[in-house]
Amino acid sequence: MAEQATQMQISDEIAITINKMNKWYGAFHVLRDIDLTVNRGERIVICGPSGSGKSTLIRCINALEEHQQGSIEVDGTLLSSDLKNIDKVRSEVGMCFQHFNLFPHLTILENCTLAPIWVRKTPKKEAEETAMHFLEKVKIPEQADKYPGQLSGGQQQRVAIARSLCMRPRIMLFDEPTSALDPEMIAEVLDTMIQLAEEGMTMLCVTHEMGFARKVANRVIFMDEGQIVEQNEPEAFFNNPQSPRTKLFLSQILDH
Amino acid sequence: MSDTHEHSVSFVRTESIAERDPPYAASGPVKWMRDNLFATPANSVLTLVSLYFIYLILTATLPWILNGLWNTSSLAECRQVLDGAVGACFSVLTERWNQLLFGFQYPNELYWRPTLALVLFFVAAAPVLFFDLPRKLLIFTALYPFIAYYLIWGGALAVPFVALGGCIAGGFIYQRFVAGSFALGFFGGVVAALVFWYVGGMLIPENANGTAMMTAVPSRDLGGFMLNMMLGVTCVSLSIPLGIALALGRQSSMPLIKWICVVFIEFIRGVPLITLLFVASVMLAYFFPPESQVDLFLRVVIMITMFSAAYIAEVIRGGLAALPKGQYEAADSLGLDYPQAMRLIILPQALKISIPGIVNVAVGLFKDTTLVSVISMFDLVGMIRGPILASTEWNGVYWELLGFAALLFFVVCYGISQYSQWLERRLATDHR
Ligand SMILES: Nc1ncnc2c1ncn2[C@@H]1O[C@H](COP(=O)(O)OP(=O)(O)OP(=O)(O)O)[C@@H](O)[C@H]1O
Ligand SMILES: [Mg+2]
Repeated sequence: MAEQATQMQISDEIAITINKMNKWYGAFHVLRDIDLTVNRGERIVICGPSGSGKSTLIRCINALEEHQQGSIEVDGTLLSSDLKNIDKVRSEVGMCFQHFNLFPHLTILENCTLAPIWVRKTPKKEAEETAMHFLEKVKIPEQADKYPGQLSGGQQQRVAIARSLCMRPRIMLFDEPTSALDPEMIAEVLDTMIQLAEEGMTMLCVTHEMGFARKVANRVIFMDEGQIVEQNEPEAFFNNPQSPRTKLFLSQILDH
Repeated sequence: MSDTHEHSVSFVRTESIAERDPPYAASGPVKWMRDNLFATPANSVLTLVSLYFIYLILTATLPWILNGLWNTSSLAECRQVLDGAVGACFSVLTERWNQLLFGFQYPNELYWRPTLALVLFFVAAAPVLFFDLPRKLLIFTALYPFIAYYLIWGGALAVPFVALGGCIAGGFIYQRFVAGSFALGFFGGVVAALVFWYVGGMLIPENANGTAMMTAVPSRDLGGFMLNMMLGVTCVSLSIPLGIALALGRQSSMPLIKWICVVFIEFIRGVPLITLLFVASVMLAYFFPPESQVDLFLRVVIMITMFSAAYIAEVIRGGLAALPKGQYEAADSLGLDYPQAMRLIILPQALKISIPGIVNVAVGLFKDTTLVSVISMFDLVGMIRGPILASTEWNGVYWELLGFAALLFFVVCYGISQYSQWLERRLATDHR
């Protein structure tokens, strides 16, 4: 544990700055005055009731959704409508989705090598070596030649993580990576994520896995109705929530 | 639970059950017939009725086919030889095969040219159809249209070279600008190719055809099944890329492009093909500069291609709509740009879903090429209806000629359909 703690250090360098960011879907105000600064090496868990805008927030960070007001700066690159900047940010930021979104017409290995080959222009052989390295890391090198449809959900999600890692991202975003999985598969995916955290990856993770939050996160953010309602270190957040909405939410999810 | 105590719920098996042979099952033809043909009284009746129908059809057609004559020189002679007996007069096929296949004006001594083009077509199509073949063969596929053009039409060698040059120029411009914006690269490429062709066309000397190595054959001399094949192959291979472009354009975020595609698709789909063909034969000439004399074959190709491209675009749009949004998001989040995402992720999956629909359109289009007979092009049907049935020797030989036409089309269409089924099986990777 002590060793882990030293590895999971947070640097002073800033990875993401979000400043007074607002977003609307039509007339519906999904994200309201979001202010958030993430340092390199931070592991942030975002939770909140359904429809509170968690997914929308992290999807704004790699410009899968466009924000209308305020600014988002990722790794020193300001997200604007400039496609060059968007592509730059996307190749620095990895993302894992709730439904894995692997490419079903490509093998596991091809899934992992596609973006390095086409976006980073890595030679095929080198890309394959990198892919095998990360597939070993998520403990499924033997599945490399199968198609996603032949894998279990947990394995697919680990492939999705490996696929993102192959781009050597500096920041990883997770949108409920375990909520489409059966309980016995959740553990294997969380283990992979914990390992990633221990290696110092900057992570933003939307999840309701509170055990994971306690163990890995250095900050927990609670969102409701498009606003950041409360954020704190995990111990304080879970043991001593301040806002009534946080208390209500925690009592609902921890009761079961 | 038989070997456990009657009232006990807990049960542990102490010895495993040995494997046994399945119970005796009847097999063989008698059992097969009982299971499949005579399972119930109603089944038996249906079987007998069907057998009777098959019997009727065979007794009606077999003598006609088997008694068929192959060596007479006219229908009158056929009738004389048969002398009232039932029998087909296949002699029209042996006598006029060349007209049925190549039309009545294509020079006899040049039949080897379209035949060679057909053989090379299989070579060129192979790497596209069977992608396990080495990718290098695609170079030949890319050159094939120009080779085939030169073989079939002959004439000035400069023409296919100018055409090829235009394609290369277009491709080059596309490569240069696609990184900036896909639309810019695409339209820039099209414009570059058009300019190259226009300038190149002006540079080809007027009398080039006279001094050519290969005798020039004008388009109006093409005919027969060759014409159907040429129209079918050209229009299908042009309308698939055009259909993809239209389907993507319809999804575009640029309103102008989206609008053009929607209007084009809806307009073309709302008009009968025959109308478009009449437009091609009569009216399209008005749209081109009067001195340009755009070839009738080219005009027909343009019309049929637009027609089937509109249908293919709608089929592909269905395939695109069937893809989960997550596929687009995953491609975006990995940093792929629009052309890469389309080419590597979206289109391979959307096209796979669309295969049955595309094949449906392709088969329909191939058969619709016979419609050109109404604008007095002598394709297979045009040859039968025109020169052959009108001749004094063969006036009245309907069944044999139309049966032959049906057979040729059936063979090609059945081949396409078998290929598409093979392709679907080959591409099935989702293991759902
Ligand atoms: N494309 C869209 N168009 C309109 N409204 C949307 C769209 N996407 C999301 N919303 C709305 O925005 C709100 C926030 O959605 P979001 O997906 O961010 O919630 P969430 O916090 O991730 O919820 P969950 O826990 O259910 O995933 C919801 O009320 C949702 O209905
Ligand atoms: Mg969500």
